[in-house]
Amino acid sequence: MATLPVIAAEKLPRRRHRGLAKFMKNRAAVAGALIVALVVLVALFAPWLAPYDPVQASFMTVRKAPDAAHWFGTDELGRDVLSRMIWGARASLLAGVVSVGIAVAIGVPLGLLAGYFGKLVDGVISRLADALLSIPFLILAIALAAFLGPSLTNAMIAIGVSAMPRFVRLTRGQALSVKAEDYVEGARAIGLGDFRIIVRYILPNVLPPIIVQASLTVAMAIIAEASLSFLGLGQLPPAPSWGSMLNTAKDFVDQAPWMSIFPGIAIFLAVLGFNLLGDGLRDALDPREL
Amino acid sequence: MLRIIANRVLVAIPTLILVSMMIFGLQKMLPGDPVLAMAGEDQNPQVIAMLRAKYHLDEPVPAQYVLWMKDMLRGDLGASIRTDVPVTTLIAQKLPVTLQLAVMGMILAIGIGLPLGVLSAANKGRALDYGANVLALSGMSIPNFWLGIILIFVVSVRWHLLPSSGYVSPSEDFWMSIKTMLMPAFVLGAALGAQLMRHTRSAMLSVLRTDYIRTARAKGLLRGTVVIKHAFRNALIPIVTVLALLFGELLAGAVLTEQVFTIPGFGKLIVDAVFNRDYAVVQGVVLVTAVSFIVVNLFADVLYILLNPRLRRS
Repeated sequence: MATLPVIAAEKLPRRRHRGLAKFMKNRAAVAGALIVALVVLVALFAPWLAPYDPVQASFMTVRKAPDAAHWFGTDELGRDVLSRMIWGARASLLAGVVSVGIAVAIGVPLGLLAGYFGKLVDGVISRLADALLSIPFLILAIALAAFLGPSLTNAMIAIGVSAMPRFVRLTRGQALSVKAEDYVEGARAIGLGDFRIIVRYILPNVLPPIIVQASLTVAMAIIAEASLSFLGLGQLPPAPSWGSMLNTAKDFVDQAPWMSIFPGIAIFLAVLGFNLLGDGLRDALDPREL
Repeated sequence: MLRIIANRVLVAIPTLILVSMMIFGLQKMLPGDPVLAMAGEDQNPQVIAMLRAKYHLDEPVPAQYVLWMKDMLRGDLGASIRTDVPVTTLIAQKLPVTLQLAVMGMILAIGIGLPLGVLSAANKGRALDYGANVLALSGMSIPNFWLGIILIFVVSVRWHLLPSSGYVSPSEDFWMSIKTMLMPAFVLGAALGAQLMRHTRSAMLSVLRTDYIRTARAKGLLRGTVVIKHAFRNALIPIVTVLALLFGELLAGAVLTEQVFTIPGFGKLIVDAVFNRDYAVVQGVVLVTAVSFIVVNLFADVLYILLNPRLRRS
C-alpha cells in the first residue's frame, strides 16, 4: 500500500506569514504602505518638519510663487503652503482614522450581534443599516455636519456614522458564515456563553475582511473630510486642512495655481496610499478576490 | 419571480420608514429651542405658545413624527425659512439641472468604465491591464472637487476652451448647455468610471473563468466573439446592480461638482441651505435623495431578476 508523503508540521508556512509574504511581493501594496507610513510620519513630526508657522499671516509675502524660501509658495494671507500642508496632514489623518474608528466601534459589534443572534435582532439592525446606506455617504455626512455644527470633531462623527453601516453589513455576513463552523458548534456544545463565543471564536475569524474594509474606508474618509472642509463644514480656519486650503485656493486659481495644486496632490497621494494598501491587504488575506 | 419582486418591495417599506424617522430625528439634534429662536428678542409667552402650537412642538415627539410624516406623504415638505418658498418647489426647480449633470456624468462613466473594464479583463496581466488599473485607482483617489479646480485652470483659464462655471438650460441653447456641462460631467463621471471599470473587470474575470467560456473557446470561436457575446453579456447582470449603487455616489458627487462650477442644482441647494440654517430644505433634499436612491435600487433589483434567467424562471 502506497503511503502518503507526510509533511512535517513545522515546515508548513503559517497562514499569517504566507499573507505577509504575498503582501511583500505585491509592489503596489508595498508602495501604498510606504505612502501611508510617510503621511503618518509627516503628521506625527509636523512641528519639526514645517519650516514656518502654519497660521501666521505675513502680508509681505502674499501669494508668492514657489521659490527657495517657500517651496510650495504662499497663500492669500502670506502663509507658507508647505507648512500648512504638513500640519494639514494631521487633520486628514486624524479624520480618516478617528471616523473609521467610530464606524468600526459601532458597526462591528452591531454586525456581530445581528449575524450571531439572527431573527429579530438581525431584522432590526439590518433594517437600520439599510436605512443609513440608502442615504448617500457624503449627503448623510453633510446633513449630520449641518445639524451638529461645523467643526473637525463633528465632521469625524458625521463621517464615522455614515461609514458605520458598511461595517455592520460586512461583519454580519462574515459572522453568519463563521457561526455555522464546527468549532463554534463545539464551543456551544461545551457550554460556553454567547458573549465568550462571539469574542473568542467569531470576532478573530471575521477580522481580516474588516481590516481590509477599514483601510479602504480610511481612504474614503480622508476624501470625505477634505470634501466637508472644502464646503466649510469641517476644519475651520485658520487651522489648516487640505480640504479647507482648497476651499480658499479655488478663488485664486487664476493668480496663484500653486495654492490649489499642492494640497490636491497631498489628498491624492494619501488616498492612493490607503487604497493601494487596502487592495494589497485584500489580495494577501483573501486569495479568492481578484 | 413575482414573489421575489414583491419581497424586495416589502423590504423597502421598513427601510423607507426608518429613513424618514432618522431625517425627522435630525432636527431634534439641533441645540436649543427653535421656538425661542423664532420668537425673537421680546420672548412674548403668547407668541411662544402660538408658535409651539403652529409647529406642533407642544405635542409628544412620536405624535410630531406622525404629523410630519402625514405632511410628507401629502407631498408637503415644508417651506424654506428664508424665502418661504415650498421645499417641493425649490427641489422641482433644481432637480432637472442636477439630473442633466448626473445623466451626462453617467454616460461618460459608462463610456469610460465599461470598455476599459472589458479590455482590462480580456488582457489580464498584460500592460493594458496594468495601465487601466493605474488609471482606475488614480480616478478613485483624486478628489473630484480638486479635479474640477485644476480643469477650470487648464481648460478654461489657460486654453479658453470651455466655460468655467454657470448653467445654461438645454431648452434655451442646447449646444451651449452641453458645452457648459461637459467639464462638470467629466469631473463627476471620472471617479464613477474608475469604480465601474474595476467592477466590470472583476465581473468579467469571474465569467471568463467559467466552463461555458472554455467550451466556447474550445469550439474555436473568435476571442472577440467570446469576450463580447458570451462573457460581457453575462457580466452585465451584476454591473446593473453596481450602477444603481453608484447612483448614490453620483448624487453625492454632484454636491461638490456643483459647488466648484457654481451650478444652481440640487447639490448647491443643500449646501446653501446648510449655511443658511434652512433645515426644512436640508431635510427635504436628504429625504428626496434617499427615496430616489431606494427606488433606483429597487428597480435595479427587479431588473436583475428579469435579466437573470435562473431567477426569472424561479
